[in-house]
Amino acid sequence: MKPEGLKLINEEGLRVDGRKPDELRPVVMEVGVLKNADGSAYVQQGNTKVIAAVYGPREIHPKHLTLPDRAILRTRYHMVPYSTDERKSPAPTRREIELSKVIREALESVIFVELYPRTTIDVFIEVIQADAGTRTAGIMAASLALADAGIPMRDLVAAVAVGKVDGQLVLDINQLEDEYGEADMPIAMMPSLGKIVLLQLNGVLTEEEFKQALQLAKKGIMKLYEYEQQALRKKYVEIKPEEV
Amino acid sequence: MPILVQHRQIVVPGQLLAEGRDVEVKSQHTVYRVGDKLYSAVIGLAEVQNSRINVIALEGFYFPKVDDIVIGIIIDLGLTSWTVDIRAPYTAILHANDALNKPFNPLKDNLRRYFDVGDLLVAKISVFDRTRNPILTVRGKGLGKITKGKIVEIVPSRVPRLIGKKGSMINMIKEETRCQIVVGLNGRVWVVGPSPLHEEVAILAIKKVERETHTTGLTDRVRAFIREELKKRGLMS
Repeated sequence: MKPEGLKLINEEGLRVDGRKPDELRPVVMEVGVLKNADGSAYVQQGNTKVIAAVYGPREIHPKHLTLPDRAILRTRYHMVPYSTDERKSPAPTRREIELSKVIREALESVIFVELYPRTTIDVFIEVIQADAGTRTAGIMAASLALADAGIPMRDLVAAVAVGKVDGQLVLDINQLEDEYGEADMPIAMMPSLGKIVLLQLNGVLTEEEFKQALQLAKKGIMKLYEYEQQALRKKYVEIKPEEV
Repeated sequence: MPILVQHRQIVVPGQLLAEGRDVEVKSQHTVYRVGDKLYSAVIGLAEVQNSRINVIALEGFYFPKVDDIVIGIIIDLGLTSWTVDIRAPYTAILHANDALNKPFNPLKDNLRRYFDVGDLLVAKISVFDRTRNPILTVRGKGLGKITKGKIVEIVPSRVPRLIGKKGSMINMIKEETRCQIVVGLNGRVWVVGPSPLHEEVAILAIKKVERETHTTGLTDRVRAFIREELKKRGLMS
């Protein structure tokens, strides 16, 4: 139930956190944050904080999962117990298992899995702090970590959710808007190729709204894609030749 | 045939590199084509030469290829073969027949006498077809057990930079530090020098090359670096 008097969009057309309807939350992206992983990345969108680690390609254990013609991808999306305001049990919930699956399927279409038969690529996504949009932040962190691990892929994945709150379409919804809004539609794309790799919809949108939502998401995705590219390049630009 | 990137520019996965059918690609898995468009598949440095384009990966793992020289570590032994870690997605196998110059009889002999768990060796990949794990051989010049010196590990995709054009970088490091250096394509480097201090300098130089792979004028900077480090240690006046 929506609390009495809660207005998700005020008289000036601004949202609860003061953003315009088509404005993203502040983004922080960093690559190579974990030493022990083959590739890693940290993504922060507003109060949502996610870390991803990638291992592989490596030998599969247990052996019977091996595929003779391609690499398998194992993805774990997980929220740490302190990521929400009520403690979340660390055991994987129904929701986390589902998200692991949809993220895995999105990434499978991005990685050239057929180049590395009989191996596995393991992707771990840990949500450190949740404020809606964790799957989209997670998939971006995962794609940056995969690039950091040097695994050949078709494109980076950029993702954002579009929501409908108080009858209006808004970009990159936060927790309040997710809880009390009418719809939530996360979308992930390979931006240079213009291909959608993940699309879910929770709630109701009319056909017209759906089309508008998709356009809005694409706009946000192009911006996030730039941030991703910058984050990847930054790792190398910062290493300047030392003076002798 | 417009090529949209500069020589030695840093490219990222999904970046459009060039358009047109007449652009030549010289690369293993780092560039891919969709219709007329060429995209990068990895983080790397673009190499542009006339109408040829290539991306040299900055990050990456080692994927075995026949005839590659690698440095392996014995991780297990069976009755007639050793299992060897070569830092690849697959563990390699070294059969006794490929290691010894005589027929091997498991009843009378023990593999442990030749290589034991933890031993390091320079080996060549003799068979690998992706359906089975790679098979190594240590028969050949310069192959065999490592008994002295030091091993350093670097990112495998940066090995080509460490070697340089026709070996320019690695030969310079060898000359300046008076060390013998064997570079395994799997990113393990074996250094043997006249003294541990010489080896230390060579390792520092190798690490510097790894860290600054994507910068220009590296050979000269590393040469100056080595001379300075040698002076610091009193190995050169």
